[in-house]
Amino acid sequence: MATYLEFIQQNEERDGVRFSWNVWPSSRLEATRMVVPLACLLTPLKERLDLPPVQYEPVLCSRPTCKAVLNPLCQVDYRAKLWACNFCFQRNQFPPAYAGISEVNQPAELMPQFSTIEYIVQRGSPTPLIFLYVVDTCLEEEDLQALKESLQMSLSLLPPDALVGLITFGRMVQVHELSCEGISKSYVFRGTKDLTAKQIQQLNSRVRGYAGSYEARPLQTQEQPLISSRFLQPVHKIDMNLTDLLGELQRDPWPVTQGKRPLRSTGVALSIAVGLLEGTFPNTGARVMLFTGGPPTQGPGMVVGDELKTPIRSWHDIEKDNARFMKKATKHYEVLANRTAANGHCIDIYACALDQTGLLEMKCCANLTGGHMVMGDSFNTSLFKQTFQRVFSKDFNGQFRMAFGATLEVKTSRELKISGAIGPCVSLNAKGPCVSESELGIGGTCQWKICSLDPSSTLAIYFEVVNQHNAPIPQGGRGAVQFVSQYQHSSTQRRIRVTTIARNWADAQSQLQHIEAAFDQEAAAVLMARLGVYRAESEEGPDVLRWLDRQLIRLCQKFGQYNKDDPNSFRLSDSFSLYPQFMFHLRRSPFLQVFNNSPDESSYYRHHFARQDLTQSLIMIQPILYSYSFSGPPEPVLLDSSSILADRILLMDTFFQIVIYLGETIAQWQKAGYQDMPEYENFRHLLQAPLDDAQEILQTRFPMPRYINTEHGSSQARFLLSKVNPSQTHNNLYAWGQESGSPILTDDVSLQVFMDHLKKLAVSSAS
Amino acid sequence: MSVNQQAHTGLPYGQPQPGYQGYQQSGYGGQQMPAVHHSQYGAYNGPMPGYQQPAPPPGYFPSLGFPSKGSPVCLNSDTPILAPNFIGALRAPPPSGAPPPTSGAPVPAGQPVYSQFGQGDVQNGIGASAVQMQRPSASQPFIPGTAPTPVSQPATFQQYGPPPTSAQQLTNHMAGMQIGTSSSAPPPAGLGYGSSTSVPSASGSFTATGSGHYTPYSSSQGPPPVNVSHGLPPTSLSPNLSLGQPAFSGPPMSAQHPPQASGFVSPPCSTGIGPSSYPSTTGAPRPSTMQGSPLPGHALTGLPTSQPNHVSSPPPHPAMSGPPPGPPVLGLQGPPPPTHPSPSGYQMQQNGSFGQVRGPQPNYGGSYPGTPNYGSQPAPPPPPKRLDPDSIPSPQLSELPPQQKPRHRIDPDAIPSPIQVIEDDRNNRGSEPFITGVRGQVPPLVTTNFLVKDQGNASPRYIRCTSYNIPCTSDMAKQSQVPLAAVIKPLATLPTDETPPYLVDHGEPGPIRCNRCKAYMCPFMQFIEGGRRFQCCFCSCVTEVPPHYFQHLDHTGRRVDFYDRPELSLGSYEFLATASYCKNNKFPNPPAFIFMIDVSYNAVKSGLVRLICEELKSLLDYLPREGSIEESAIRVGFVTYNKVLHFYNVKSSLAQPQMMVVSDVADMFVPLLDGFLVNVNESRTVIVSLLDQIPEMFADTRETETVFAPVIQAGMEALKAAECAGKLFIFHTSLPIAEAPGKLKNRDDRKLINTDKEKTLFQPQTSFYSNLAKDCVAQGCCVDLFLFPNQYLDVATLGVVPYQTGGSIYKYAYFQLETDQERFLNDLRRDVQKEVGFDAVMRVRTSTGIRATDFFGAFYMSNTTDVELAGLDCDKTITVEFKHDDKLSEDSGALLQCALLYTSCAGQRRLRIHNLSLNCCTQLADLYRNCETDTLINYLAKFAYRGVLNNPVKTVRDTLINQCAQILACYRKNCASPSSAGQLILPECMKLLPVYLNCVLKSDVLQPGADVTTDDRAYIRQLVSSMDVAETNVFFYPRLLPLSKVDIDSDTLPAAIRNSEERLSKGDLYLLENGLNIFVWVGVNVQQSLIQNLFGVSSFSSISSTLSTLPVLENSFSKRVRSIIDMFQSQRSRYMKLIIVKQEDKLEMLFKHFLVEDKSMSGGASYVDFLCHMHKEIRQLLS
Repeated sequence: MATYLEFIQQNEERDGVRFSWNVWPSSRLEATRMVVPLACLLTPLKERLDLPPVQYEPVLCSRPTCKAVLNPLCQVDYRAKLWACNFCFQRNQFPPAYAGISEVNQPAELMPQFSTIEYIVQRGSPTPLIFLYVVDTCLEEEDLQALKESLQMSLSLLPPDALVGLITFGRMVQVHELSCEGISKSYVFRGTKDLTAKQIQQLNSRVRGYAGSYEARPLQTQEQPLISSRFLQPVHKIDMNLTDLLGELQRDPWPVTQGKRPLRSTGVALSIAVGLLEGTFPNTGARVMLFTGGPPTQGPGMVVGDELKTPIRSWHDIEKDNARFMKKATKHYEVLANRTAANGHCIDIYACALDQTGLLEMKCCANLTGGHMVMGDSFNTSLFKQTFQRVFSKDFNGQFRMAFGATLEVKTSRELKISGAIGPCVSLNAKGPCVSESELGIGGTCQWKICSLDPSSTLAIYFEVVNQHNAPIPQGGRGAVQFVSQYQHSSTQRRIRVTTIARNWADAQSQLQHIEAAFDQEAAAVLMARLGVYRAESEEGPDVLRWLDRQLIRLCQKFGQYNKDDPNSFRLSDSFSLYPQFMFHLRRSPFLQVFNNSPDESSYYRHHFARQDLTQSLIMIQPILYSYSFSGPPEPVLLDSSSILADRILLMDTFFQIVIYLGETIAQWQKAGYQDMPEYENFRHLLQAPLDDAQEILQTRFPMPRYINTEHGSSQARFLLSKVNPSQTHNNLYAWGQESGSPILTDDVSLQVFMDHLKKLAVSSAS
Repeated sequence: MSVNQQAHTGLPYGQPQPGYQGYQQSGYGGQQMPAVHHSQYGAYNGPMPGYQQPAPPPGYFPSLGFPSKGSPVCLNSDTPILAPNFIGALRAPPPSGAPPPTSGAPVPAGQPVYSQFGQGDVQNGIGASAVQMQRPSASQPFIPGTAPTPVSQPATFQQYGPPPTSAQQLTNHMAGMQIGTSSSAPPPAGLGYGSSTSVPSASGSFTATGSGHYTPYSSSQGPPPVNVSHGLPPTSLSPNLSLGQPAFSGPPMSAQHPPQASGFVSPPCSTGIGPSSYPSTTGAPRPSTMQGSPLPGHALTGLPTSQPNHVSSPPPHPAMSGPPPGPPVLGLQGPPPPTHPSPSGYQMQQNGSFGQVRGPQPNYGGSYPGTPNYGSQPAPPPPPKRLDPDSIPSPQLSELPPQQKPRHRIDPDAIPSPIQVIEDDRNNRGSEPFITGVRGQVPPLVTTNFLVKDQGNASPRYIRCTSYNIPCTSDMAKQSQVPLAAVIKPLATLPTDETPPYLVDHGEPGPIRCNRCKAYMCPFMQFIEGGRRFQCCFCSCVTEVPPHYFQHLDHTGRRVDFYDRPELSLGSYEFLATASYCKNNKFPNPPAFIFMIDVSYNAVKSGLVRLICEELKSLLDYLPREGSIEESAIRVGFVTYNKVLHFYNVKSSLAQPQMMVVSDVADMFVPLLDGFLVNVNESRTVIVSLLDQIPEMFADTRETETVFAPVIQAGMEALKAAECAGKLFIFHTSLPIAEAPGKLKNRDDRKLINTDKEKTLFQPQTSFYSNLAKDCVAQGCCVDLFLFPNQYLDVATLGVVPYQTGGSIYKYAYFQLETDQERFLNDLRRDVQKEVGFDAVMRVRTSTGIRATDFFGAFYMSNTTDVELAGLDCDKTITVEFKHDDKLSEDSGALLQCALLYTSCAGQRRLRIHNLSLNCCTQLADLYRNCETDTLINYLAKFAYRGVLNNPVKTVRDTLINQCAQILACYRKNCASPSSAGQLILPECMKLLPVYLNCVLKSDVLQPGADVTTDDRAYIRQLVSSMDVAETNVFFYPRLLPLSKVDIDSDTLPAAIRNSEERLSKGDLYLLENGLNIFVWVGVNVQQSLIQNLFGVSSFSSISSTLSTLPVLENSFSKRVRSIIDMFQSQRSRYMKLIIVKQEDKLEMLFKHFLVEDKSMSGGASYVDFLCHMHKEIRQLLS
């Protein structure tokens, strides 16, 4: 065997699963002493080029409470054509179609390499994808123009049979009818009054009345789609119409007097969008795409008044309980988000403005429904344009990288129970024998709904070992977990992906080193971070930090090697060595630190943190820093102020930003124009190298990171300086007396100091 | 007297002739007669729809006529009797007398009267009446002549009534007529009439006249029968004055007739008789009669003097004086007893009695009966004779006995004829301009065409008053009971030959105003101290003249620049307002028009939506413009709606219109700002495209429910958002039952009629609309409502907002494209194009001593002084009532200043000022001499129509009758020369008050017929509330023209005839208009050639009564008739619906409803009956 590292990697490649512990402590008590909970990061739709879906239904365990899917871990009696469920031990007959089964003729789902398998099933008639644009018209002319172009462009990216709809809003909300010739029609609603679902239904019925000809048809069932088709039309039919309509979109005409914000009815617009889909296309894949250029300023969901002199709430206001509208607005959007989720639709938020736009209040719309959240300065930036374009990116099969209306069900073997999940999902409240009483994240259920997901969407799932200490598991026993995700593929097929994994149990008392060695510190860091961020949403920032610190100290106490009260003797094994560092950066990250971030930014960062896969999450926690110099190929360097050298070019990737930083000397050279001189071609290459690398990252990342090209001494350099470990500050600059690096003006503690403290506390017998 | 007479004769006679003839004619067979009338009024002659005792009329007239003629002499003799016109025919007693008379056959009610009189002599009674009649021209009076006549008429009718088929009818009629006559003494009457010629002779004359008449008719046409109908009248003849019958004999009739006969067919008779004004011809004969009559008729007492206008009056007086005393009484007594049996009942009874006489005609009203009447008509002529009554007495006496029955009636021709009065005024005053310089001048009647020269007082086109001479004290005012009111039409359209008000710009400082009362500079302000200050003519406060306005005074104390400044020399002018006169001190934006079209199933199916859209395309080029500006500043917007509202963005930059649907009707808002209200020229292509598409879009609609209040809210919000005032044109089809604010339920309940709860039918069912109206007014949002109901839609409620915002309501029940399109489109065009002011506030300031206390019209008031009008167009009128709060002085008179602040159609803020100076009097006689009945009726109608909101209709009617009785009684008591109580003496200026008042009382609002819907009543009620005097005049007393009398080669119209069925001839065509409808009535015997010329069909039976326009035929008759109709249409603010009524067709019922002198189906009294009733009331008051 290779190392655990390889094992972990291999598992991730195959199943999209990373566990914090790859050997499981066999009793509840032991498990709790491990500090880091038994949990995993699951990427349900991880792209697998080598996984052709099978075109039949999965075989299910016949026990009603189990219904686990037949998998390679099941024991099969080929003669009797029986199989034993590895979760509930129920013995099941194979269905008739499996009559020809034998040891040499196995269905795919029994082969070990198919621990993850995807079924294509026939359920109902396929419904086309739905894209409902909800567009803010209170934008600057240029912004609106750019947005209109982006939207028009997007029409060409949609599959021809996809349904599109358009709602625009400003002071009023307009629902546009798309199938009209000669005149463009829209239904207009006041932006200050929420509509109940019933009223939206009435809207539909009104449409019917007015489209008299439809009314004549007695077929109730036929009617629904016909009606909605007034607002949601196949792209290929109304392509031109909609393009024109978008082209004619005007800025909100209502005058905005000096000192006022435009009145923006985001809350109602969203509500109508949700209601519209709810009434007509429940439980089919649909995206509500909200494009907004400012905070909602009226009606339900308003975040700030229209007086410019009262600024939008800051963290400071929130702490002082001074944010007048926040609670109500949040409530409004939560209700909406839950309704949307219940219908299996998702809401994307594209917010482009220099100021905040109310993402804090609206975040749940994206968070609960798996929608995207994009924050930019303007719609007229490549950040938005490319990000938006990337929403419609396609995989190698030419299918959208998006899936809808997924249900994730988790089944566990008896020794395990499910505590909860953290990610872009909502609970389906499916109680079952494997649901734990103690909740972590969204708990109390073994099923979650993920209204929209893409190949990188990742959930953290937390388990609880329930096996009692006095009922040891036999040697070599394995615990198993099965993840069943049913979803609507972007090709409108229904698919089921089943991943079944198993891990060994180990007695933590006798085999601690095994468990220790199987610790996945990266996964653990991310899982702990998710827990922390999750808590931060509802708790005070300092409490969360204290909790994180305590956890870290406990972990060090548990797994460190040290002599009591002797910090210098403290050592951590390799498999734990990076963990404290992750925690150090996590503590400083915008996910837990609100200082210097607006509430919107915090929400934005947290949103992405809660859904990206492990690699990206780690980058978010601890940005990557590359150094380019004449002395060799680019190399990763410590995220430390000591890495900032005059003759280097640094490339930092924080996930949200790509920063290219030219050292002092390099910057001078560049200013002197050496790169343009033929004899200094190498310098030109050096300058170009990080740009190329950055481009590569930009190409693949979603959302598109903010791209910052800066140099020593420039104000934009703050993005870099705020991330690096301040090993050199104005406080210790002379003490260290090193020649390298550049000092950071901060009072933040450096990693060194942090570690010193940690050691001291870990070894202290007092705690 | 003589003088007066002369005067009268002078004018009246000459001109009158036509009128007279008209009358007579009408009276007679109505056949041709009708045509004759030209004059709008048919003064006395007017058929008496009247009350019970309709009969009287004829008698009266004659008497009047007589007076004039003979009057001179008589007058002299009578002189004592100043009483202008009174018909004193009946003496007070009538009531009591009543009982006996019945038997008298003809006159039921009258009888009673008669009886009283009768006791005296029928003749007497008659005489009296007759006398009065004459005066009429002057002022006068009817005589209580009393019902009898009417009754008789009815009777006739009945006979006629029967007439089923036309042919038969004829015969029947004929028969009837004859019969009638015979039965009721007709024969005698007839004979008598014939004798009428002889009128002079009195009784003898009767017969004579009677016959005479007949003959004429007959001679003229076969129709004589018609005359027969008159025959009834004959009965009535005497009726005029209860006694009239005797009077009947009354030469007058005869006299007149004869003349007329000669002159025209029948006309002469009646006319001649009636008013003094008769043509000379008649005059001649009459004179004799007159004399005779005068004497008898106390009424004559002609106060002629007092009443300049009515020349005739004078004569009467004499007559009055003379005859009344003696004869009348006798007459009355005489006849009554016999006749009657007549139940005491006055008029009403009379009816009955009449009925008895002729046969019971259930409906009086029956104009039908009228027909029969024709036959009998001849009788009527006799009445005139009655005039002579006085003289008659003796003769009558002889005859009376026999004839009594028939004669009980009052001769319709003898009672004051609106036609006559109108005609007289037209002749007397139409020729020279009315110069407004003199204080307290009474202007010509509204029916007269005259030119106005503004020399310091506002033109009567802007302001008319009930009286131009105001009592100095409130005691006097109370005593007279004459309401002091001004009917103001601030934005009235002037004829092209009159100059519109000048616009005065005083620049930044704005108009000069009194410091205290804020009155605006006007010609009556007194400059003092060398011009440095001026004293306010209203409150006497002295104000500094601002330096920039200073000007030296000339030796008379007038400013040197007097003639340069309109505000110093004219009665009407405008100021340019400054910012301080604007909302929020900001000059307004140009107004906007929003067209809001109902697109529910009904509207779409009937083709209405398409029609409107088509029309709008071209109509939008004719939005009101200011002066010479090329392009209208008005912006337009479009909304359609059913249960939801659809707004349209028609911004010029759009390739195609955008529709925005608002379904949230509970909380209305306007979904767009930019592009909703646009300039027509800029957005033309988009608008046209929209109007093309609207009918298509909703072609398949199934939506039947509509909302209403949200529509108005939407319009108002749109204007608010655009920060401008404007007008909403709402085209609506049904009761708004869709779930929305202002939702209504069907609460129509005919069972409520005549109960205490009837008023609820006029009240809005929810206060929602009142509140909405208030908001609209605050925004300057005027609402014009076009209704196309197929069933009840609660006009009373829907109309609240249009009404309170100064808008108009148009109603097209059972709208059908083919028949109603023309009318609707014309109304729409006119409504869109007419001059209108927005966001207006009107305030009337008065001299200290009186105060504007009450306002009637379409507007909203948030306090007690300011009339707020979201919109005010050139047809809207506000009636203002004044009350004393102190004394006035004769020296300084009373001044009115009406200031209207408004936004013009170009968005200019202006003040329009109208000033009017009135005289003040300490003598009641002055008051009565300077009244204007048309204005009074305008006020009374509005007062009554508002009253029905809070009081049972009956109470309202009684109040009206009571007030009028008091007015007249006060006159009788204080101004008229002493005369027998049995005489009805009317002030010259108010002699038409009874007939007009009766019309008001009988109107659909106050006395609905069975076929009048609740919506119609509410509609009429609101409509009348903002009518001007000319409109109310013709509305209540329609204009009826005989078409066959039309002179094809000239522009003059044939003389109008009185609105009574008995004036109609079977062989003739008539045109009747009342401002809402035009009827063309076709008699069954009309010559084929006329039918061919007019309708393009060969026979009577092939005329389609569904025609909504006359076919365009290339012959002079058709052209002429159509041009007359076109002319009428252009005179009215609404396009009138043309209805072809064939005699004896079912539509005729509708037509007869407008023959207001007849008894109506719904129980309204005939003119004669009412007159008698009035007389009784007066006498009661006097006793």
